[in-house]
Formats: sequence, structure tokens, C-alpha cells
Amino acid sequence: MACFLVPAAEAVVVKTVEKMVKKSEAEAVLSTDNNEEKEIKIPLSRKLNWLSHMLIGGVILLLFEHIWHGEVVPWFPFLTAMSSPDGTAAMLLEMSTAGVCMAVLVTVVWAVMCFAADSIVSRKNSKATAKGAEE
Amino acid sequence: MTLLITVFAAVSVTAFWYCRKNDEMQLLTLCFLYWGASIMWFVDAVFEYIGDGAAFFSPALEDMLNDTYLGLSVVALGLVIWIVKLLITDPKGSVRMALKKD
Repeated sequence: MACFLVPAAEAVVVKTVEKMVKKSEAEAVLSTDNNEEKEIKIPLSRKLNWLSHMLIGGVILLLFEHIWHGEVVPWFPFLTAMSSPDGTAAMLLEMSTAGVCMAVLVTVVWAVMCFAADSIVSRKNSKATAKGAEE
Repeated sequence: MTLLITVFAAVSVTAFWYCRKNDEMQLLTLCFLYWGASIMWFVDAVFEYIGDGAAFFSPALEDMLNDTYLGLSVVALGLVIWIVKLLITDPKGSVRMALKKD
């Protein structure tokens, strides 16, 4: 019905946070001289960009699916479920269950992905350090 | 069926991205697009399974055909979004060079 609205709201928040973090990271790079240690870590803004891409991508494709099924229309109130009070109640219930679960699962998958990416990067760094020490 | 087709698309694109040494083609965008949609449809499928039970696994032929058509359309839409983004950002500078030539 309108479950994609919950991840869409999260996407807007994440994108805003990403822009703010990116700005502060750029300022931090300018203010510090020694960036060697920072470069080998994945910046938070990049990680947030992954999450926003997943959320925005999923929302766009789900919106298309809802248009396909006639649940989203190009005229007011845009959601067919909102044409009756019963439909609106069912829509809100779906948003609070399926919608919230979608947003949570995407975020959990992203968190696991970030953890895996960090461990891969640190593994590569430690291998490179060991190789350098041997030489 | 839509979920299955999107998952296959996500896995294929991720494999292509892994094979390439750089991401000039911005395949990562396409990966995230399909994975995001796959996760969301997975949740949708779980809720549908909770509601319908075992009947969820034996859909009518007409519904399956419609879902297949939808799945293929979704994959096509994802590809269109990706190619438009690639041409606008133009990481290789090919579009700019072609426009300068003309």
C-alpha cells in the first residue's frame, strides 16, 4: 500500500546526515596535516552513501511496483488506500509493520556490510604492514 | 517471482562489479539499487507468507506471469536509472569528449 514511505523517510534523513558528515570530514582534512592514518579507513560519509543508495534504490523500485499494482496514482490523494478511512487504517498498519521492518532490515544489512568492509580493510592494512616489516 | 528476478539481478551485478578492477562504470550504484529492492521485497514476501501460509509458494499461473513481467520491468528500470546516472556523472569523460567533437 505505502510501506515504501518509511524507508523513503529514512533515506531523506540519511542523505541529510551524509551531506553534513561529508562537509565536516572535508573540514577535518583541511585542518590536519597528517592524514596518513585517516586514508586507510573507510570514511563514514562513504558508508552513509551506501545506505542512502540502498534505501533510495529500493524505494524507487518499490514505488514502481506500487504504481504497477494501482496503489499509487498521479492524482490526489496519490495513494488509493487513502480514499476510505478503512483503507487508510490498513495502510498505516502496513507502514508500521512491513515498512518499519524494511527500513530496519536494510539498516541491519548495511551495518553488517560496514563491519565486514572495515575488517577487510584492516586485514589488508595489517598484511601490508607485515610485508613491509619483512622487507 | 519479482523478488527472485531482482535477487538474480543483484547477484549478477555484484559478481560483475567484483570482476572489474575499478568502478568507472559505477556498477556499485546498480548493486545497491537491486540489493535495496531485494531486501524490501523479501520483507514483503515474509509478511505475505505470514498471511497466506503455504499457499504463498503455489501462486496461480496468471499471478506468476504478471510478477515475472513486473520483475523484468523492475530490472529494466534499474538499468535505465544506472545508465542515466552514468551518462550524467560521466566518470570517463566520454560524453564530454563526444559533445566537444560535435
